[in-house]
Amino acid sequence: MGKIKLIDENGIRTDGRRADELRPIKIDVGTLENANGSAYIEQGKCKILAAVYGPHEAHPRHLTQPDRAILRCRYHMAPFSVPERKSPAPSRREIELSKVIRESLEPVVMTELFPRTMIDIFIEVLQADGGTRCVGLTAASLALADAGIPLRGLVAACAAGKVDGQIVLDLNDLEDKEGEADCPIAFIPQLNVFSLLQMDGLMAVEEYEEAVHLALEGCRRIYEMQIEAIKKKYRETKAEENNQ
Amino acid sequence: MSTTPQRSVISKILQDDIVKLANKGERIDGRSFDEYRKIKITTGFVEKAEGSALVELGSTRVLAGIKIEIGAPFPDTPEEGVLSVTAELVPLASESFEPGPPNEDSIALARFVDRGIRESKAIALKELCLEPGKKVHVVMIDIYVLDHSGNLIDASSLAALAALLTTKYPVYKIENGQVVKTEETRQLPIRERPIATTLAILGDKLLLDPDLQEEQATGTYISFVSLEDGRICAVQKNGLATITRKMLSEALGIARAKSRELRQLLFQEEETTEQA
Amino acid sequence: MVSDKQIVVPGEVLAEGDYRIGENVYRNGKTILATMVGIARVEEDKVSVIALHGFYMPMVGDVVIGIVEDVGVTHWLVDINAPYPGVLRASEAFGRAFDPTRHELLDELKIGDVLIAKILSFDRTHDPVLTLNESGLGKVKDGVVVSLTPSKIPRLIGRKGSMLSIIQQKTGCQIVVGQNGMVLAKSQDKRMEDLVIKIIKLIEREAHTSGLTNRVAKLLDAEIEQMRGT
Repeated sequence: MGKIKLIDENGIRTDGRRADELRPIKIDVGTLENANGSAYIEQGKCKILAAVYGPHEAHPRHLTQPDRAILRCRYHMAPFSVPERKSPAPSRREIELSKVIRESLEPVVMTELFPRTMIDIFIEVLQADGGTRCVGLTAASLALADAGIPLRGLVAACAAGKVDGQIVLDLNDLEDKEGEADCPIAFIPQLNVFSLLQMDGLMAVEEYEEAVHLALEGCRRIYEMQIEAIKKKYRETKAEENNQ
Repeated sequence: MSTTPQRSVISKILQDDIVKLANKGERIDGRSFDEYRKIKITTGFVEKAEGSALVELGSTRVLAGIKIEIGAPFPDTPEEGVLSVTAELVPLASESFEPGPPNEDSIALARFVDRGIRESKAIALKELCLEPGKKVHVVMIDIYVLDHSGNLIDASSLAALAALLTTKYPVYKIENGQVVKTEETRQLPIRERPIATTLAILGDKLLLDPDLQEEQATGTYISFVSLEDGRICAVQKNGLATITRKMLSEALGIARAKSRELRQLLFQEEETTEQA
Repeated sequence: MVSDKQIVVPGEVLAEGDYRIGENVYRNGKTILATMVGIARVEEDKVSVIALHGFYMPMVGDVVIGIVEDVGVTHWLVDINAPYPGVLRASEAFGRAFDPTRHELLDELKIGDVLIAKILSFDRTHDPVLTLNESGLGKVKDGVVVSLTPSKIPRLIGRKGSMLSIIQQKTGCQIVVGQNGMVLAKSQDKRMEDLVIKIIKLIEREAHTSGLTNRVAKLLDAEIEQMRGT
């Protein structure tokens, strides 16, 4: 059975990248008019939108907690986001990822400042091509900042994995499906801690540590891009001012 | 939608005790940081199922049942058997389990156990094909949590594995285009024995096999699934807290050592030497 | 050490050591970090961040503009553009004794009515309590309401009220500024109300830039000139 070759003799991957290269990333903050905060990210062929509403009164009220705000998070894939139409009803994977992403954002949100309220985080995958939970998480973190919700830091997420025996950064869909292992992580650079850690596939412990190391490097680069995307908004306005 | 769960009400006094003890290197039930609770496994518990195992890990009780049917393969793997894992947090197991359709916790549990079995290729699914593209064996693992006293992941993984290893099902044949059950029985082709190891993260301390109170006190744990040769096939951090890089390495080390010990205990094998 | 007036993001390190902390920052050990996207301010030994986005957190004594969103038996719930609804009890609205057998809340204030109210009390355990029992407060019958990020309200008012007076003078509009980011503009001339909305949206976009007061004055003159021309 012919197996697809994911990395050629020169170390070039199917989409032209080297092992430690991220896919091209485009970030836009404050994309949506209605949401209190929003962000849109294109990473390779992934197109993901995140929006935040709140803090606001919680309905139903019994879910609220007396000493903090609660988070409500939905990771969802649009039916047309994948080659075979996906039913709009939440799949088990989406349910698990909603939980994992929420848990990954909880450590940075200063929820103790808004007791008895709820903060909604919506992540919509408009087009999927591998690594959607990481891109979604990076976008959600920006949406929270855009909404003016006090945060201890930003969360940057990135995956690394094992493909054709090599440890590579930021797997695309083909590499995720055909490769040996996938390790998505989320990192809070200012606090120097992980908030999301997952792995599936098959790798030696040393290879896993190497992948984590590489994914961390990816997170740091993505964090720089997050900062740049936020500050870009204000620089544009300054340019307008100078033109007047 | 995933919503921040109501916190389980654990008294502040108990929580403080757990932390105080941990700072002295102790735990409330007297175990050391890297000690498992008593483990008891009873296989063949449900005779009407093709395979089953009841695991008692301390007072946590999980029953895994295996049913094998003949069904259609997935379109992209026409010559492979099908594996499906579901979990139910049965309401009688805990005050906090409500009746109803699977919630995010049971789904997350099932999916993690599934990944441990699937990614390790523990079951040789390629050997479970009856008629390519049309009929394959469907292996359905149902994890039934009966008593929640902490560390459902390790208990469930162990139950699933033990059940798989002792599953006996009829040999099916195709006769005149029909699926026919014969009198012979066989066991599943199991190639790997994935073992899950879970550690609770309490500040900068790692506690192996957290019991219920430790889970409630920390809310965060990390699980690894490893194989005989030391490779890992699944990692998952659960809960609201965070973990440093240093602690991750430490946790990996503990998981490696303890899963090996557990393996020896369960399968009474010679210790496999692993290149450090 | 961050420089004064630098744009910062949540989690950005502002200073290390014994500084006093102002708003929108937090301390992690010896480090002081920002919690919001905004402009860092370093004044003597105090570090703070002026947020560029944000929502309104009720403060006792604030004058707010809200919209009635629900009617109960003894109180109304008012949307004050905050994470918590304002509670307006009948006794705080009528200015006289409330008798449930004689007075029907719906007769006085309906869902959708706009109010200028003051926050009487608020803490972590209960929603903010409002009152209309002071001069200048009450139901609003006409005008337009526009929202502005609450942290930009000081910019709209200007130093010693300079920005606000320029806008009021030039447009002839009566303007009431709610601390909750809601602004009421009233004029006989509808076009002036629309102009005020335009100016407020400009301030929203450019609050963090310098020379804003001059630009606002220039824009007002230009627009009014244009209106006279048509």
